[in-house]
Amino acid sequence: MTLLSVENLTVTFPTARGMVRVVDGVSFELGRERLGIVGESGSGKSMTGRAILRLIRPPGRVTGRITFRSEDLAALPERRMREIRGAGISMVMQDPRFSLNPVMRVGDQIAEALRTHEKLDRGALRARVRDMLDAVRIDDPDRVAGLYPHEVSGGMGQRIMIAMMLIPKPALLIADEPTSALDVSVQGEVLRLMDDLVRERGMGLILISHDLPLVARYCDRILVMHGGQVLEACAARDLHAATHPYTKGLLASVPRMDDTRDVLPVLDRSAWGGT
Amino acid sequence: MTALRLTDLSVSYGTTRVVRGVSLEVAAGASVALVGESGSGKSTVLKAITGLAPDWTGEIEVLGKPRGHRPDRAVARECQMVFQDPYGSLHPRRTVDAVLTEALAIHGMTDDGHVAETLAQVGLDARFRFRYPHQLSGGQRQRVAIARALILRPKVLLLDEPTSALDVSVQAEILNLLKTLRAEYGLTYLLVTHDLPVVGFLCERLAVMRGGEIVEIAPTKALRDGSFTHPYSRHLYAESSSDIGGAP
Repeated sequence: MTLLSVENLTVTFPTARGMVRVVDGVSFELGRERLGIVGESGSGKSMTGRAILRLIRPPGRVTGRITFRSEDLAALPERRMREIRGAGISMVMQDPRFSLNPVMRVGDQIAEALRTHEKLDRGALRARVRDMLDAVRIDDPDRVAGLYPHEVSGGMGQRIMIAMMLIPKPALLIADEPTSALDVSVQGEVLRLMDDLVRERGMGLILISHDLPLVARYCDRILVMHGGQVLEACAARDLHAATHPYTKGLLASVPRMDDTRDVLPVLDRSAWGGT
Repeated sequence: MTALRLTDLSVSYGTTRVVRGVSLEVAAGASVALVGESGSGKSTVLKAITGLAPDWTGEIEVLGKPRGHRPDRAVARECQMVFQDPYGSLHPRRTVDAVLTEALAIHGMTDDGHVAETLAQVGLDARFRFRYPHQLSGGQRQRVAIARALILRPKVLLLDEPTSALDVSVQAEILNLLKTLRAEYGLTYLLVTHDLPVVGFLCERLAVMRGGEIVEIAPTKALRDGSFTHPYSRHLYAESSSDIGGAP
């Protein structure tokens, strides 16, 4: 069943040199599966995620059709859109230090995310927050709920973000570079946690990242973006057999743990029409 | 000959001791990596060697000569550092030319074609010489930062996460550049990174740091066969292994 369909999505921004298309005719469909969007900086991958949630403000312009559970998102009034954000589609951002409210206790922030969508009394609210912190594997939920964001580590901050995003029970989670601000040893933990929760709840996931190996490991399907366009779409397990020269070049330029190559192949940007 | 010798090095920031009893030897011409998570003290070791973290005890020897706690021009000339973020480490209102000639001026040298030569070495076209950092891409900026370190013809380069702010395809270019420079000029590298595959490409040995201490020193071969002995290194190794396409 299709959860989200994106048709011919285009995002443009005016600049001194005219309109720039940062997303250029992107189309894809998503069921209850894990989709990875990979690309380098400036490829339009984050803008695609933001456009889905209608988070692009003027002077940026979005055209194309985004359908979420048979509702056309572009046509919805802001009020209905606000109901969808969080309860329908939610988004985990890159760095918990910048996306959590620094002057609000962690537990209150998570409760606020829930209160926006459901009417609950205080006791029920607290119980749900505790369960959610438990689900993101925080050992001492009551203590952590009383902390401020600066008192928690990066890995725990990101788990709190995930708790906040999942507590209204959305059907689709967009994770934009959810682990790039974290240490390698914590990255795996956070991704596995997100993966487990998404599977358990039968949600759809869009994982946006510049890290090819990571996306290949945690997704079912992959879109490779460059210059605002989708260059290649393939199943994650077939990534090594990618056919587009850009994808191949990108894969080859990643150093490997067991690297014995003397020189890493460098992308020849002229091969697919320049940058 | 040893290019760098650290004996029982401890570094403090105020009352917090960040590095505890680190001992490490880097032979001339070798390339060694310090790996670990944020807060493990790996960058602080580099800062102590360059003189940016003066509150240290123990011994630091650079090219056979012990280093004092004060700024030391002779050490600076032989041992240069490349910083992580080329967006932050270059002065926004100085041209590439000004950045490079300042390094020369400090050491009482005149241009004599050094600037043009160094730019060519790092693969930057001569037309970039009078540009400002904001007119360059991330990869080009990191090339400028490497040129700034190289222009004094040092023997040792301290590299603090030189590619982690860059895209993968640009990272490959900079890693290739570092590898060629080392081979051409017989440079010694001490590289700080959290990215194990980068170590596999650029270094022969790695020291794993945790909580300010070195827990294990292993040859890069361990990255190919996983023959680490300390449980923490094994954990780090397991978390970083990257199979493309073969993952369950």
